[in-house]
Amino acid sequence: MKFVDEFRDGALAQGIARAIHAEAKPHRRYAFMEFCGGHTHAIARYGIPDLLPTNVRMIHGPGCPVCVLPIGRIDLAIHLAIKRGVILCTYGDTLRVPASDGLSLLRAKARGGDIRMIYSPEDALRIARDNPGREVVLFAIGFETTTPPTAVALMNAEREDLGNFSVLCCHVLTPAAIAHILDSPEVRNLGLVALDGFIGPAHVSTIIGSQPYEFFAEEYRKPVVIAGFEPLDVMQAILMLVRQVNACRFSVENEFTRAVTREGNRRAQALVVECFELRKHFEWRGLGEVSYSALKIRERFARFDAEARFDLAYQPAPDHKACACGAILRGVKQPIDCTLFGTVCTPDTPMGSCMVSSEGACAAHYTYGRHRSTA
Amino acid sequence: MKTDYTRPLDLKHGHIDMNHGGGGRAMQQLIRELFAKHLGNDLLAQGNDGTVLPAQPGRLVMSTDSHVITPLFFPGGNIGALAVHGTVNDVAVMGATPLWLSAGFILEEGFPLADLERIVQSMAAAAHDAGVQIVTGDTKVVERGKADGVFITTTGVGVLLDGVNLSGAHARPGDAVLISGTIGDHGMAIMSQRENLQFAAPFVSDSAALNGLTAALIASGAELRLMRDPTRGGLAATLNEIAQQSRCGITLMEAAIPIQPAVEGACELLGLDPLNIANEGKLIVVCAAVSAEQTLQTLRAHPLGRNAAHIGSVTDDPHHFVQLQTRFGGRRMVDWLSGEPLPRIC
Repeated sequence: MKFVDEFRDGALAQGIARAIHAEAKPHRRYAFMEFCGGHTHAIARYGIPDLLPTNVRMIHGPGCPVCVLPIGRIDLAIHLAIKRGVILCTYGDTLRVPASDGLSLLRAKARGGDIRMIYSPEDALRIARDNPGREVVLFAIGFETTTPPTAVALMNAEREDLGNFSVLCCHVLTPAAIAHILDSPEVRNLGLVALDGFIGPAHVSTIIGSQPYEFFAEEYRKPVVIAGFEPLDVMQAILMLVRQVNACRFSVENEFTRAVTREGNRRAQALVVECFELRKHFEWRGLGEVSYSALKIRERFARFDAEARFDLAYQPAPDHKACACGAILRGVKQPIDCTLFGTVCTPDTPMGSCMVSSEGACAAHYTYGRHRSTA
Repeated sequence: MKTDYTRPLDLKHGHIDMNHGGGGRAMQQLIRELFAKHLGNDLLAQGNDGTVLPAQPGRLVMSTDSHVITPLFFPGGNIGALAVHGTVNDVAVMGATPLWLSAGFILEEGFPLADLERIVQSMAAAAHDAGVQIVTGDTKVVERGKADGVFITTTGVGVLLDGVNLSGAHARPGDAVLISGTIGDHGMAIMSQRENLQFAAPFVSDSAALNGLTAALIASGAELRLMRDPTRGGLAATLNEIAQQSRCGITLMEAAIPIQPAVEGACELLGLDPLNIANEGKLIVVCAAVSAEQTLQTLRAHPLGRNAAHIGSVTDDPHHFVQLQTRFGGRRMVDWLSGEPLPRIC
């Protein structure tokens, strides 16, 4: 397939693999965190660990939008669908995330909730137009990539004066999460997580640009290489990180120049600023409360803000006691370190969020990499 | 006395109503003017509660399949043809010659008779092409909202010649794994038609009866272990079933798996894995390694097997894992899908 196969070329991959083997110093270990679930997925799906030397290890980060969604937020969505009778519009991979009382959006749907899978916020607007007598709520989740389309939906709703449409806004911010991980005691003081560098987000960076990562590189002295989601992108980024580590450099490099600029997409950024403002606090699954890490809808669009419109109060809900998603999302544990992994927690019956989306560290390992831990 | 006159069914503008399932004259008329008109044959014409079938040499194979699908009509077929192909294929992959089908219809009140006729016509054509007869049937009507247009259950009976003994449990380490053509065509044809996902791409379902192809394979004398049609859950699910049943592993070569560029592209766009996408006219063959080349040639000589490929081999693996050697150079598991394939957001 044109424009895809070029980035999945096995011969080129072998070439980069040889370079990594040649340049990674045998006496030291390299631990890199890929922040994004998209990278986690690519690493697992293309079998990238097989191409790396044993002393180059990838740590899965918290960048799976579905995985970091706390139970309390899904509870709110289920509440809207079941108790308030709204049509709840959601992205597909959010449907199976476990919530309180053994529910998920999929199970809430089976209990009569009118929950519809959409591909874009525009679908939710259409559903609102087609059902003027019903309240329609867009369950808006995701990082900076999915935020601009939600902003466009808000603006269209305002322009059309779509009185039955609102947004349950759960958009979160990448830089805040990276800072939170770097500031965590496990990384800073305890040395539990050796982190030698980051593979920076692909799609998120098309929006926010590479500039926001410059702070981490300088302040925390960690190299960042922004990379695309194709497997060759990931391999090339790993090689670039190895080179930075070897040279004791810590700068932001951009492997994904075909889509990412330093400034990012100014137009999308302007849309987001126009529609959203920072939340003081937001709970992340795995990371807990992170200050200024999420967005809320601005006053101007208050009538489209489902939290205000339905007078919703957020109730935190604890994860399963034995679930290690939190530690896994922070890179402290690997999926196989969790006692639930592969026993009671599988993609069919996920207990924790990392097992839900194929971008989640646990689901990716279970689905694509299980042969490595049982061999 | 005047002969009974019944106004003919309005096959252009009429709809199914509750009377059509009531067991009275309306139902008889529906059977006569629609079902029997298209599906009629000597055996169906017996008109009794059960159909008496002529004795056959060899063992009998029987299989049943219920068909529910949205949309009912899709590029490359409709629920009627699919209901015939699905069951014919389940019998055929056992190595048997499918002969007879039953057809049970659950119709929703209000369903257009014109659509029903199109569906039944397709069933008749599919049965004719596959060389099978629909020999008994049933019709029920449920109130509006209690079904999705029409559900069709077909049961098939075929005969199996002595000496043919295929089973999902027969794969052995070293055996070759082949596929008769491109994967994912049916699933993408359906997904492209769902109302909230419109593609302009020309996806066409591969819905087809495989009994000609399976008969050619049986006749070839190749050392076959098993045949399967990878429908729901795609290649991944069926190969995992085989690995479990045969208590072995399977290793696939990604580069060898045939897939149409448009299907690959759409999967890419939606974050789906083509290995999980449904097929309705594809055959997986596991055969002894010595028969691999012969089997490949037999497949390719048939119109439904032109794009056949040797895609992997059976391995000795205590975990019964299906693994994929990626084009990229790594290795990964190919797992069952959990539930429906759901698009990723990122």
